[in-house]
Amino acid sequence: MATFQLKINGKVRKVEVDPSTPVLWVLRDHLNLQGTKYGCGMAQCGACTIHVDGMAMRSCSYPVSAVGKQAITTIEGLSANGEHPVQQAWLEHDVAQCGYCQAGQIMSAAALLKGNPAPSDEDIDAAMSGNICRCGTYLRIKDAIKSAAKK
Amino acid sequence: METKKNISRRSFLTSSALAGGGLMLSFSWLTEARAAGKTEALNLANQWTELTGYIRITPDNVIKIMVPNPEFGQNVMTSLPMMVAEELDADWKNVVVEMAPHDNLKFGSQFTGGSMSVRTYWKPLRNAGASARLMLCEAAAQAWGVPVSEITTKAGVLSHAGGKTATYGEMAAKAAAVPVPKNVKLKAPKDFTIVSRSKKNTEGIKVVTGKPLFGLDYRQEGMLIAMVQHPPAFGMKLKSFDASQALKMPGITGVFPIRLFDEGYERSAFDTRTFNELVVVVGRTTWEVMNARKKLKVQWEVTTDTKEKVKGWSGPAREEIVPGGLESTASQLTQMQERAKQAATVLRKDGDPEAAFKGAAHVIERTYNAPFLAHNTMEPMNFFAHVTPEKALLVGPLQAPSLITGTLAKVLNIPVEKVEIQMTRMGGGFGRRAYGHYLVEAALISKKVNAPVKLMYTREDDMTYGIYRPMYTATYRAAFDADKNLIGFHVKGGGIPEHPIAANRFPAGAVDNYLAEGWEIPSNITIGAFRAPRSNFNAAAEQSFLDELAEYMGKDPISFRLDLLKRAKANPVGKNNEYDADRYAGVLELVRDKSGWGSPAQAGKHRGVAAYFCHNSYAAHVVDMVVRNGEPYVEQVTSAIDCGIVVNPDAAQNMVQGAVVDGIGNALYGALTHKDGAAEQTNFHNYRMIRHNEAPKTIDVHFVQNEIDPTGLGEPPFPPVFGAVANALYKSTGKRHYNQPFRPEGVKI
Repeated sequence: MATFQLKINGKVRKVEVDPSTPVLWVLRDHLNLQGTKYGCGMAQCGACTIHVDGMAMRSCSYPVSAVGKQAITTIEGLSANGEHPVQQAWLEHDVAQCGYCQAGQIMSAAALLKGNPAPSDEDIDAAMSGNICRCGTYLRIKDAIKSAAKK
Repeated sequence: METKKNISRRSFLTSSALAGGGLMLSFSWLTEARAAGKTEALNLANQWTELTGYIRITPDNVIKIMVPNPEFGQNVMTSLPMMVAEELDADWKNVVVEMAPHDNLKFGSQFTGGSMSVRTYWKPLRNAGASARLMLCEAAAQAWGVPVSEITTKAGVLSHAGGKTATYGEMAAKAAAVPVPKNVKLKAPKDFTIVSRSKKNTEGIKVVTGKPLFGLDYRQEGMLIAMVQHPPAFGMKLKSFDASQALKMPGITGVFPIRLFDEGYERSAFDTRTFNELVVVVGRTTWEVMNARKKLKVQWEVTTDTKEKVKGWSGPAREEIVPGGLESTASQLTQMQERAKQAATVLRKDGDPEAAFKGAAHVIERTYNAPFLAHNTMEPMNFFAHVTPEKALLVGPLQAPSLITGTLAKVLNIPVEKVEIQMTRMGGGFGRRAYGHYLVEAALISKKVNAPVKLMYTREDDMTYGIYRPMYTATYRAAFDADKNLIGFHVKGGGIPEHPIAANRFPAGAVDNYLAEGWEIPSNITIGAFRAPRSNFNAAAEQSFLDELAEYMGKDPISFRLDLLKRAKANPVGKNNEYDADRYAGVLELVRDKSGWGSPAQAGKHRGVAAYFCHNSYAAHVVDMVVRNGEPYVEQVTSAIDCGIVVNPDAAQNMVQGAVVDGIGNALYGALTHKDGAAEQTNFHNYRMIRHNEAPKTIDVHFVQNEIDPTGLGEPPFPPVFGAVANALYKSTGKRHYNQPFRPEGVKI
């Protein structure tokens, strides 16, 4: 067990966990931030995507000991009430079916647009292909990313 | 259960004033509880004795509509309330929705599956809305001293030509005292203002902001985390285990075995017997439990044949022998080939197929194979349970709460009234969550540790401890006369452990001499419903076969199918043909026209077409394929669907697009194989799922416009995708593919 001071969604949160604990489980089990989802536990599906200093990161495979002073943003911290352009675009295109993967998709998309405000289809494929949607909403996700890029 | 059933058979309708002056209406109509249309294996209509809609109106005119069926992405949290709001003449802006509690007496079967939600609740929920509207009108008429016939309603407001107006909220308390009307008149589709107009997902904002909607998100104070260790292979069982190392791990509070069903237990239709004994690890947090489970030392042993009693839906329990031992995909394929040569059960016979094949000038015979498929819902199986002497509370994601309540009562040895199940949103289902064994596991664990517990499966648990789509094969034969007329059709299909054949479907009814046969090989690998059960294989095989027949006959594949349907319509062969030839032809014609099939502009494209009927609806797709970096890629899809009235068109389009993507992914990549009983795919690194870069650029969805009551949408668009992909693959590679997945990656099938 070790104590960590984590910068999460603009607040410093203190947790006492084993250093090997993935950030995903720190968020879900210790900080009651349930928006970040468990999908595979091996960085293959993207459901657990968060931002670490603005970069998309699979939190299921990212130990808490590696975070250090970097700022973590989760879906709950992306905006106060869903005003982020990517969230708005998701609503506009009514993307979700079951919705389970969508927090991860949104976090990947937001990180993509931050670095590349006008992505091509190929850029979107490259950035998003690590995020699986079992319901098959890929076309709407792509449309929503393009809409968000214009906002 | 008996008591409940007896009460529920009495159709009733009640209303009562809520504290605070609101109006609560509960409705039930036995007859409308029946699903419109024919039933299938998953169709529980004959089990359903009633349905109830549920409306609350607050004094400030907020209308809350309870949703009877759990949501797994099929849009019921939006589309079902739309049906109530339509007849109520509610202002959609003022409608809020809520997942109803599990209560069959009030809300009917509450079954999510079989593409039945909208179809089943179409009349009951509209009746609920229409009755409430009439009661509000009556209340206004009494208050204003005018005839009720002079009251009009619009967007949650009551009006009289004399100038008086009131909101529903203002009249709600008075309306609660009005006798409930009988035989209310429902709107004609042309008068709809909410239904058939696209409405946004009512839970969209919660999804995009990461609200805790799902089962895995549910928590309670003092809740422990539990995981189960299942045998490493089908055909193995627990022998002994050493918990000492696991128990020493931090945060661990218990390690113990559970047994789901005692010897002699009569399984109901949805009780599964994948692994009856499991080793459980319970602790404070997920990560601690995951790590401790790795420290378990378990001895497993190979099973021998076991006899089980299966009760099914009704009647006396029958005995089923589950073979022991370790099965492998390779040996299963050989086993199937051998079994296919032997006699099978005749499922349907028209004319004299033997004579037709004997006298044929030409016979085409093809065999198709498909592997087990894992559901791979993005949210793995999980459930919360808190079992106390007072009651068993279970909270989480499942499709069929009513199918597991009785099982829980039996296993926990408590009255069924003491079992409370609350449904969360599901992170996907696709049939997997109709099987509630994981509730039984969670409940037994909670009872043992005497605490609230969340049972969760890791992805590996979920994939290797599945209720898979069965492994199928079918041999199709067609007989032609010297003029290349189709004179005989024969399908002989088999599966592990059940055959896929739907004997009364197209082209049955269109060919004079027709024979359908089925055979089965028992297995210890558990199977269950997977999006459009059986159809998802049949459509691939049959629609690919028809393509080859058209080619031999020198006919266009769409014209060929339309000719057969014309025959089935004008002069149908045999009895019990399940499909409506006009609706079937309708989707083929629509997809032909919308895709520009056969037009010069589309020349040079590698196109495949397929159509299928299942779950009461009709779907056809044209798939345009290119070969990209040596890989087949479906670039564009045109879809035509006839599911009757479309309640929420934009969401329906989303569903069809999703089914197309799902179909392409499973057709090209999907496979769950076994070696010595163990699943060879364990996570998404070796179970290939379709991803963003493999999804088509466009999927144009077209719905047949008609006024037929909704016939279901979740499943029907899925099966024909496989056939269309197979046919496009032939066009783009020149090679017919008979074995799924068509694009295996280190997977032999």
